[in-house]
Amino acid sequence: MANTRIISTGDAIRDGLTEIACKDPSVIFLAEGVADPSSVYGTIAGLRNHIAPERIIEMPVAENALTGVAIGAAMMGKRPVLSFHRVEFALLAMEQIVNNAAKTHYISRGRHRVPIVIRLVVGRGWGQGPEHSQSLESMFALIPGLKVLMPTYPKDAKGMIISAVEDDNPVIVIEHRWCHYAQGVVPDGYFTEPLDGPRAIREGKDLTIVSSSYMTLEAMRAAEQLEKLGVSTTVFDLRVARPLILDRVFASVMQTGRLMTVDTGFRKFGLGAEIVSEVTANCFDKLKAAPVRIGMPDHPTPSSRGLVPGIYPDAIRIVREASAGLGIAQNKIEYAVAELIAQRKGLPIDVPDPFFKGPF
Amino acid sequence: MTNTTSPHHGKALSLLREMLYIRLVEETMATRYAAQEMRCPVHLSIGQEAIAVGVCQALRQSDRVFSTHRCHAHYLAKGGNLNSMLAEIYGKDAGCIGGRGGSMHLTDPEKGMIVSVPIVSSSIPLAVGSALADKIDQVDRVSVTFFGDASVEEGVFHESANFASLNKLPVLFVCENNLYSVYTPLRERQPARPLTDLAKAHGMKGIAADGNDVDAVLAVTQEAAEHARSGKGPVFLVFDTYRWREHCGPNFDNDIGYRTEAEYLDWKRRDPVEQQKTKLVTAGSLNSHDLESMKSHLQETINNAFEFAIAAPLPQPSQASQFVYA
Ligand SMILES: Cc1ncc(C[n+]2csc(CCOP(=O)(O)OP(=O)(O)O)c2C)c(N)n1
Ligand SMILES: [Mg+2]
Repeated sequence: MANTRIISTGDAIRDGLTEIACKDPSVIFLAEGVADPSSVYGTIAGLRNHIAPERIIEMPVAENALTGVAIGAAMMGKRPVLSFHRVEFALLAMEQIVNNAAKTHYISRGRHRVPIVIRLVVGRGWGQGPEHSQSLESMFALIPGLKVLMPTYPKDAKGMIISAVEDDNPVIVIEHRWCHYAQGVVPDGYFTEPLDGPRAIREGKDLTIVSSSYMTLEAMRAAEQLEKLGVSTTVFDLRVARPLILDRVFASVMQTGRLMTVDTGFRKFGLGAEIVSEVTANCFDKLKAAPVRIGMPDHPTPSSRGLVPGIYPDAIRIVREASAGLGIAQNKIEYAVAELIAQRKGLPIDVPDPFFKGPF
Repeated sequence: MTNTTSPHHGKALSLLREMLYIRLVEETMATRYAAQEMRCPVHLSIGQEAIAVGVCQALRQSDRVFSTHRCHAHYLAKGGNLNSMLAEIYGKDAGCIGGRGGSMHLTDPEKGMIVSVPIVSSSIPLAVGSALADKIDQVDRVSVTFFGDASVEEGVFHESANFASLNKLPVLFVCENNLYSVYTPLRERQPARPLTDLAKAHGMKGIAADGNDVDAVLAVTQEAAEHARSGKGPVFLVFDTYRWREHCGPNFDNDIGYRTEAEYLDWKRRDPVEQQKTKLVTAGSLNSHDLESMKSHLQETINNAFEFAIAAPLPQPSQASQFVYA
């Protein structure tokens, strides 16, 4: 068995990218500040020690063209990994992503492939504001031909990023900045994680929660409190938004009869909307209550800490919404909420929680 | 005050005062940032003040300015309200947009500071659109888009320049070349060629000047504004300068390896504020006493604005859902 270490999701992504870069010489890296002192929050740091400098390419601040350049290189046999510091910067490249990356294999009847990985970081906290904090996974998940990953935990992140690079399709990897800090046990060396859909992080019989990315960390905290309230909860980390493979979720909802989805992005037209729709269609007669969707409200995210309270879903909201449907006594709910508040130790609303220490 | 009253002296002095004002505002921000009450990213213009001031002094109040993530100096030079700016950065209800944007979205439309957009090059076409509206309405006005050296790498810059030039729109494209995009030097992002060649490619007038010499910036911007106003089309202005502190944040970062202390010191010797001071002192139109009193007067105003911003209340969470639609 491979040795393991406790590392963060950010470091796990770097390790995964380093492994596959060493293994496959066709892997190339592009980013703005590709080898700068930050190297995309450390997630592509140190590549120079492992691979030839020609494979580490500085991107001018020209997202649209460089995404197209990477797609062209991918069609001709390279495996480019593009890293963007924010989802928003990739919006300039939407045309290339939606038309060329997603459709070239289809249009060419399979004669071309676009094995590209496009990493997008979701910002949050410290007043990032309306144009540096959007979680737009549903925009990408809408498009057939793309794969869309949202890794949360370190081990998944490492295995999934390696699988993403090895995949012959364009893969969008949406990484929440606050997930980068999550710690967990990760095997050393090369391994892959199949891109086959949700993973049950904990299993229970009363309620099924499907959450993605950072919201899985909140859902897990909520599930702990729900357990104390007598609600045994299954939490699925969605991991793969497209292709959306929900068989495991269907099986769980067949047992629990209750579904809640928790998104890092918008509630309306969000991933949860699609999941709820599929579950309802497949498990209709087993549902005991209408599914609940939690996500971002119907407006942009402002900068001020005064405006942010109530915008981001959290464990407290999950506990409240879950227990409301289960007829749990109000005083018990308040007790659970008080405990969740205490766990934050008075930290301001706009900094990441230190709670997500593994091992997971 | 020193005993000189020529109009030129008045202008020179006000250029100095404006630059000093902006410098002191941002130095005070840098000092106070550690208190963790300005809870948003800040991109300081310390070292680059001559461009904002020289350009805006060549403009009329009715002229319009469009800016980027690095917008403090543009906002202040265009006459933006200091209390509203600091309250915005402190995330307060009294901020210029009620705390919605923080430091990267500064706006004061009454003063012609139309918008700041923190996505590289994103505000460039907006300035062109403003100029298009003015051309249709035959309004005598110029629209100015400030941007960094990295912005010309984006397609939207070229698309905007092409359209503005084709239609002879009254736009000033102002490129502040501080030689870096975050940690990446210009030479690793663009081929070696004068940036003004980009103007040639788009068939428009291009002028380069020393971005740390406020007189030079003022002079070429006056010429450019004249050109644009008279219907001859847009002008591309390139000003070389240098950002003294880190890309985002209050600290110096010459020690982390992407640039050298020597390079910084070289540019610091060409401090736009000091150069202007020296000019005035050498001309005998400013003495150290006047300078000190100007400085302490400005600092007092600034301190009051900080106190205002710190004491101001936060907005209510219920406001977050307002203004999604007109
Ligand atoms: C489209 C887009 N890509 C990347 C970024 C990230 N980013 C923010 S500021 C910046 C540097 C821009 O450099 P420059 O235009 O020279 O302006 P400066 O910061 O030097 O004033 C970058 C790359 C962004 N905000 N928008
Ligand atoms: Mg620059």
